[in-house]
Amino acid sequence: MQISKKFFIWIALFGRLVISGIEEAGALALFGIRGIINIFYPPFYWRIFLKSLINIGYLSLPVVALTALFSGGVIALQSYTGMAQYHVSSAIASIVVLAVTRELGPVLAGLMVAGRVGAAMAAEIGTMRVTDQIDALKTLSTNPMKYLVAPRLLASTLALPFLVLIADILGVMGGFTVSIIKLGFSSQGYIASTINAIKPIDITIGLVKAAVFGFLIALMGCYHGYRSRGGAQGVGAATTSAVVAASILLLVFDYLLTDIFFAK
Amino acid sequence: MKQIEKPKIRIRGLSKAFGSNQVLRNINMDVASGTSFVVVGGSGSGKSVLLRCLLGLMQPDSGSIEIDGQDITKLPNAQRSEKLEQMGMLFQNSALFDSLPVWENVGFALLNGHLRKRKRLSRSEIYAKASKGLELVGLNPLKVAHLYPDELSGGMQKRVGLARAIVSEPEIILFDEPTTGLDPIMGAVIDGLIKNCVDTLGSTAIAITHDMASAQRIGDQVAMLYQGELIWQGKAQDLMTSDNPYVHQFTHGLMQGPIKIETKV
Repeated sequence: MQISKKFFIWIALFGRLVISGIEEAGALALFGIRGIINIFYPPFYWRIFLKSLINIGYLSLPVVALTALFSGGVIALQSYTGMAQYHVSSAIASIVVLAVTRELGPVLAGLMVAGRVGAAMAAEIGTMRVTDQIDALKTLSTNPMKYLVAPRLLASTLALPFLVLIADILGVMGGFTVSIIKLGFSSQGYIASTINAIKPIDITIGLVKAAVFGFLIALMGCYHGYRSRGGAQGVGAATTSAVVAASILLLVFDYLLTDIFFAK
Repeated sequence: MKQIEKPKIRIRGLSKAFGSNQVLRNINMDVASGTSFVVVGGSGSGKSVLLRCLLGLMQPDSGSIEIDGQDITKLPNAQRSEKLEQMGMLFQNSALFDSLPVWENVGFALLNGHLRKRKRLSRSEIYAKASKGLELVGLNPLKVAHLYPDELSGGMQKRVGLARAIVSEPEIILFDEPTTGLDPIMGAVIDGLIKNCVDTLGSTAIAITHDMASAQRIGDQVAMLYQGELIWQGKAQDLMTSDNPYVHQFTHGLMQGPIKIETKV
């Protein structure tokens, strides 16, 4: 009798967990749809959009550039160490350019921006929520979804491909620099191998991934900020949730998009 | 309750609960046009929820809120927004946008809100209007217009919040604890500014407060909310002399009386 009672308590707890998970997913989906719709219906707040574009695109450049540069260098170094024994070190240029454009550029830039911008969005909107600034927007007949969410979603979706393009170039440059200076490759041979290996579709798919990641980062930042409750602690929790959720979603979508575009 | 023939705001049977917690119970009140109505009550008595229902930030469970005879709780969203555009609000913590300078806070409705589409003013014209609003609340625009809210004292933030609430010349202005967190002198100054602005604009005002001095300075009519019910209504000058035991205990800050202070949650 005791066992069956405990069993039902566990079942109930599990059910509650599943229901709250589904509710959360539904709320997130609705929030995202409302955000997208508000991009296309006027008024659109260009000033907020441009400010967000500069914040996400321009101010994230140093961190993304450094990450890409060193990652490209590390791939070259690691590939050389692994491949020297098979005497196929000429493939290093191909490995660097494909790894950077297809995977590391979008994923590392995405993770960096999620940490920098996603957290900032959640903290800013969360603080606005707990200090009644979002209610104040409503009383001033300004739709918070239009004013706070739509410009950030669009800015992040457009800025990430730009950042990833720069990350691609710098990642390849990092690999090139290490290969020439440290590993003693010829620069002409390296450049020729890089050009032979890369196809426009690799860069394009990397940029499509970047746009999706940009949207997800802004969505998570805005969603968790918008729903934050309970003062400073709530804002802190929202910020953590935004970064963690964006990072996980980013990796999940990276797998899905890779599966769609590259799996044969 | 004194009935007014054609009130600006008429509330009937307003109730709101959060789960099993009944916050508002069958609220009935009329606010005449051009008058100030103050709702007093202790913490957790339902004052803020009442104001949020009035502003459309919360949907009541039952009852009606009529503005000029139209029930805003039953209006479609677009029409409801239009009605709410007639309102200005001063929040308890001012709720200024901390990413915008003072003048953009004051001129927000003209820059971004409903007045943007109607008036189509240039930024310099909006700056001039915001400066005028700041002057109305006793601030020097040359000194404060380009500062950010966190560079202002609490009293100055309240003034900026008041300027933002009145710059669109609303027909109804709502005040949420306008003197909370201010010293008594600054509280009196803010009350004076509120009274002056409301009189100048001819607006109808509703304020909620637990500051008795403020209630008497701002209000023409006062009501007391206790456990979600309006238990007393009368003229502001009768507040301190009311023989209602709840009102007497509350206004005089007595420990003994029918109001039980819950010290355990």
